[in-house]
Amino acid sequence: MNREGRGATALTAGSSAQGPKTFTGNRGLDLEEGLIFEVGRAEVSGVDIPEPAAFRPRLGGLERQVAPDLPGLSEPEAMRHYVRLSRMNYGIDSGLFPLGSCTMKHNPRLNEKMARLAGFADLHPLQPVSTVQGALALMAELSRYLLELTGMSAVALQPKAGAHGELCGMMAIKAAHLARGEGHRHVVLVPESAHGTNPATAALIGYEVRAIPARADGTVDVAAVKAALAPEVAALMLTNPNTCGLFEPDVVKIAAAVHAAGAYFYADGANFNAILGKVRIGDLGVDAMHINLHKTFSTPHGGGGPGAGPVVLSGALAPFAPVPCVVARDGVLTLVEDEGAAGAEAALGRMSAFHGQMGMFVRALAWMLSHGADGMRQASEDAVLSANYIRASLKDVMSVPFPDRPAMHEALFDDAWLAGTGISTLDVAKALIDEGYHPMTVYFPLVVHGAMLVEPTESESKASLDLFIATLRDLALAAKAGDTDRFLGAPFYAPRRRLDETRAARAPVLRWVRPAPLDAAAE
Amino acid sequence: MRYLPLTPDDRAEMMARIGIVDVDALFVDIPKDKREDELPDLPLAKGELEVERQLAKLAAKNVPAGSVPFFVGAGAYRHHVPASVDHLIQRSEFLTSYTPYQPEIAQGTLQYLFEFQTQVAELTQMEVANASMYDGSTGTAEAVLMAHRVTRRRKAVLAGNLHPHYRATVETVSRYANDAVVALPPAPAGGEDLVAAIDDTVSCIVVQSPDVFGNLVDLKPIAAKAHEMGALLIAVCTEALALGLVEPPGTQGADIVVGEGQSIGNALNFGGPYVGLFATRTKFIRQMPGRLVGETVDAEGRRGFVLTLSTREQHIRREKATSNICTNSGLCTLAFTIHLSLLGREGLTRLARLNHAAACDLSDRLAAVPGVEVLNASFFNEFTIRVPGDAAAVIEALAAKGVLGGVSYARLAPKAGLGDLILVAATETTTEDDRAAYAAALKEVLA
Repeated sequence: MNREGRGATALTAGSSAQGPKTFTGNRGLDLEEGLIFEVGRAEVSGVDIPEPAAFRPRLGGLERQVAPDLPGLSEPEAMRHYVRLSRMNYGIDSGLFPLGSCTMKHNPRLNEKMARLAGFADLHPLQPVSTVQGALALMAELSRYLLELTGMSAVALQPKAGAHGELCGMMAIKAAHLARGEGHRHVVLVPESAHGTNPATAALIGYEVRAIPARADGTVDVAAVKAALAPEVAALMLTNPNTCGLFEPDVVKIAAAVHAAGAYFYADGANFNAILGKVRIGDLGVDAMHINLHKTFSTPHGGGGPGAGPVVLSGALAPFAPVPCVVARDGVLTLVEDEGAAGAEAALGRMSAFHGQMGMFVRALAWMLSHGADGMRQASEDAVLSANYIRASLKDVMSVPFPDRPAMHEALFDDAWLAGTGISTLDVAKALIDEGYHPMTVYFPLVVHGAMLVEPTESESKASLDLFIATLRDLALAAKAGDTDRFLGAPFYAPRRRLDETRAARAPVLRWVRPAPLDAAAE
Repeated sequence: MRYLPLTPDDRAEMMARIGIVDVDALFVDIPKDKREDELPDLPLAKGELEVERQLAKLAAKNVPAGSVPFFVGAGAYRHHVPASVDHLIQRSEFLTSYTPYQPEIAQGTLQYLFEFQTQVAELTQMEVANASMYDGSTGTAEAVLMAHRVTRRRKAVLAGNLHPHYRATVETVSRYANDAVVALPPAPAGGEDLVAAIDDTVSCIVVQSPDVFGNLVDLKPIAAKAHEMGALLIAVCTEALALGLVEPPGTQGADIVVGEGQSIGNALNFGGPYVGLFATRTKFIRQMPGRLVGETVDAEGRRGFVLTLSTREQHIRREKATSNICTNSGLCTLAFTIHLSLLGREGLTRLARLNHAAACDLSDRLAAVPGVEVLNASFFNEFTIRVPGDAAAVIEALAAKGVLGGVSYARLAPKAGLGDLILVAATETTTEDDRAAYAAALKEVLA
């Protein structure tokens, strides 16, 4: 594919020659596709639906007067539309997807197959519990695995995503303080390197957020935590391994200090993939942690969801878990769905309708059963080994802000190595697109200038890692040699060049609007 | 292990590059006395065949909806989903992609989300929709928080016929955010006086239509009173398909519309994952939660799509964000939009009519069963019956006869004192034989 020579960007040395302009705007396999509102037609449908026998409607005078303006597609048209759209996307199956803090690991297809078994997919959440004993058993088994891997006392499966799990965990903490008559605690401590969801979650339920600065080595200083602890502090939210890709070495002392001050320790489990089978977070003094099943346990990210964020709780917080939960009574599994039932008076309430992301539970358990205790530990070790391999292989051409400690499953670089080149972190990311990679996470964590956070996961072969390393070395050398053409206009070889985000935000166009007919437009 | 590409030789070479001889040298920051020396107390790795066998055994202990006459609804509905939908959402480039933060290589996701936003706006007759929420219930809680931001008031009124799980979800968030909630008592036969519940201290009133009992609610007078009092009308719809046949909330004056989109394109999945619909008026977009996709152009002037207005979101605004939400329901959104694109206007209207016809037929059949009363004056594909005695026991007795006959309202709201009500749904997946079987079984159970 070749798009240079159009617009203001100069031709890139070494690129293929520009071919003739095509009539369709397509370039061979590189196909453009209009919106469904442009390719569909009002009178077409891709689903054959019979007319019902005559009947007396009971709509109570509230019939829709104007049918929605939704063009339809026949099945062949629909297949083309969505297959063409899919080809404008990059997924894990397309290539290395080293997006730091997102854990873009392989999504096994066995898990997809299992989640689609009629005995799981075609179950209604409100069927009589006597007809869903296998589903409840699966939830109980998933809970057992999560508790064994974390060393915690209880698990709430219901949260629908990581941020929702954070909300659940922080509500449990608030409920526990209220139950102890300590509702005056209104402050939550959050290290400045934290994910944005942490302060947003704390603020959502009325907490004031105070930032804890990071040490020069990228970790949190127990002295800084102690200095910030006060009678009004309800909790500390700490990501461990942290967002700089480091394990917090003082985590046990930090937990002890938090507990001594009467506060709780919330751990963000986004980076759990680094420590699976290596350490149980319950042994570190954690009171609550959400687990992103879509990260560590391989449920597909699906273009941004759905996720699943079960929360594990310590003994101190277990009484404050939300409903529903699965309990066994006389060998029969049942669901406790009501707050007041089964001595669950202290429960924090209901986080959402129904019982959680069952489709994700099946996939996550399939991953755990497949890996087993040995495979899960091996996966963590491989993820950490791969990240350190990348860091060791690039430290002479890129800059590592915190070189003194081993990385966990992410290798963090800053932009010091780009100084004086006129090339930014974003430009490097876009140049990686041209090389056939999804970029790493950029400009996060905020505590590092021009951050580039690389998370290879355990899913890459050594050959794949070596090619990625060689690519980044080549880019680094090109940047330092002043070859700015490869960077400043990149990407050249993607379905779109850089998009104007300022324009999108200034005058938002958030939906398609049918153009006025030509004769009306001419008036 | 089939998912791990590194060989022992690879690992040794990689360790040599790093300068270590044992991988545990990378875990030295974990306090020594806390490291796990033994493997977790869990079974060892299994092959695909063994895992499949183990999980299939669990699946076989359940009664799939499609294997019996099935009438369970109450916020999740069994519909036929065309085979092409599930095929398309499993395309690797959709399934294994991430949130489209690099728009040049995520136009597929961004374009379908833009199409989805347009479809939802059109379906609800609202000006703008976001790229989806986790589900209808959490979307409703977010809508209440949004109304508080817009009105700078902190009291929500919830209609008594709001789904009890939705009510509980709003109450949970409100309790911890120190916001007030006034939840009205249920009125199973409809006709709640919601207008009287709105005054000038109220931020919003949350009204579901069709409500949890299936009744259709005229939102227009409620909207008028809400607007007179400076409050917002949040309209909730837990059965998105109803919008194909029922007057949409947007033309009735709703300010925020929240819907559960599961019934279009998505399987029941025992309660999740589902897809929340969220639509509002343009003037409120900067207070809206969730992701938004906007149209723009690339450096060559070609149309393209990006995530936009992200200054509302947590990764930029942190504790000042409109919500802590970080994901949408991407793949479920894709299933929704593919199914709706296949249906189109014609198919949607027909499918909605077929659902309504099935429910009308079933309501006539059940009303003819001695002792059974149908409460609804109006409904779409779900209605409520009153049975003599304990509804939960009737449902269990029906299940024993191989009919899954609905949801006892008391299961959703045990303290409401309405133990004799069953919510009954009939979609296009029920056959005439199924409906006849239900009526016959119910007659036997009540005899």
